[in-house]
Amino acid sequence: MKIGVLALQGDFAEHQVMLEKLGSEVVQVRLPSHLQGLNGLIIPGGESTTIGKLATEFGLIEPLRQFGLEHAIWGTCAGAIFLSKDARRNQPLLRLMDIVVERNAFGRQVDSFEVSLNVPALAKEGTNAPYHAVFIRAPLIESVGKGVEVLASLEDGRIVAAQQGRLLATSFHPELTDDDRFHRYFMELSR
Amino acid sequence: MDQKIASFEVKKGLAQMLKGGVIMDVVNAEHAKIAEEAGACAVMALERVPADIRADGGVARMSDPDMIQKIMDAVTIPVMAKCRIGHFVEAQILESIGVDYIDESEVLTPADEANHINKHNFKVPFVCGCRNLGEALRRLGEGAAMIRTKGEAGTGDVVEAVRHARTVLGEIRKLQNLPEEEVMAFAKEIGAPYELVLETRKLGRLPVVNFAAGGIATPADAALMMQLGVDGVFVGSGIFKSGDPAKRAAAIVKATTHYQDASILAQVSRGLGEAMVGRSISTMPQEEKIATRGW
Repeated sequence: MKIGVLALQGDFAEHQVMLEKLGSEVVQVRLPSHLQGLNGLIIPGGESTTIGKLATEFGLIEPLRQFGLEHAIWGTCAGAIFLSKDARRNQPLLRLMDIVVERNAFGRQVDSFEVSLNVPALAKEGTNAPYHAVFIRAPLIESVGKGVEVLASLEDGRIVAAQQGRLLATSFHPELTDDDRFHRYFMELSR
Repeated sequence: MDQKIASFEVKKGLAQMLKGGVIMDVVNAEHAKIAEEAGACAVMALERVPADIRADGGVARMSDPDMIQKIMDAVTIPVMAKCRIGHFVEAQILESIGVDYIDESEVLTPADEANHINKHNFKVPFVCGCRNLGEALRRLGEGAAMIRTKGEAGTGDVVEAVRHARTVLGEIRKLQNLPEEEVMAFAKEIGAPYELVLETRKLGRLPVVNFAAGGIATPADAALMMQLGVDGVFVGSGIFKSGDPAKRAAAIVKATTHYQDASILAQVSRGLGEAMVGRSISTMPQEEKIATRGW
């Protein structure tokens, strides 16, 4: 199993550590040629404007779109924004997932928070114990299209994790915790 | 659902999202937009860039909240702002405006010559400067959630940034090779909290994100600091004191991402126009150096 982490900007090294612990080979992706031979790709947290800008400059937008049509991609936070079809702002997006996201939906950094979520889909990773999620200047998945499954919501019903086929989007950061269930879930999707 | 806000995890977490990026000094909303457009991962709002603070002399203080607010309204990326060392009321004001990170900075005139701010008391996270491992870990002990090596701000001379990064990273390598019974004496020698020394030894790196700052003026400078092993860079005077800020800013962002790719570095270094004039540190009188502020 060979998974790529988009290494333009953000916390890609944290994802890499998780994946390597789970036995995956990891490739840092900065140019289109780095996508060759990968089973899946993670787009990390970071600043979505920075990641989008660099992806455009280095000709990655179309190769990433093509990759996503045939392979698993998981976006965390900024990565989820980048995967979406609409972020209500004029910035480069992959438009692969039929979700609308709202950036910085919870406010500024002083409003960042941690909370436990109920994620039934993780049951097949051994336990469906509550998932402790870290939200940092996080986006919200405002709405999802047909064919998109909601994986987790906050208590008030607002969506924070969704899946469309082999594409996965989370508003929060599993790479900042010790709980590897989402990474194992994604590795299954990449097979 | 048990919700926790302002935990150390989310404070430190925002810095993790900035990794591999460039944080740029900006003095107004127009600069902030240029920085965001160039791909900055955050901006530092301040009234004068360090080169001007040096030239003007006098007391340098926290910026006008009105000016910081205008910058916050102009961009979607995180906005940081500086307060004076030890000036916890300036920090309270910055927190109440809602800035995303506070830099307790030696670039401003210190308000306390013995103590830094107790940063555990705040919901907003802090970044602090350091010249060595002891200073970095003292700041973490006070609650900082991100560290930057100081360099010498406002000079365009990268030599101090290199010295401080090599010092911190070198001390960590030395610490990792010490037998455990020598760790307490090492902690005493560098004046750092023992628990944080132990944690650093175990991790083989600082327990929080570590950026480089102070004197970075070119794409090659940024890539140099990244290759030395820092997590990202602050660029202050280097951008808006240069001939073509938008172009230089974008080039430094690309260099920070592709820091290991010399052919891309060559390409982005072409035709950038005048770099900031700069001041060599080797001829600078000791009393003009600001990195020595902080205790």
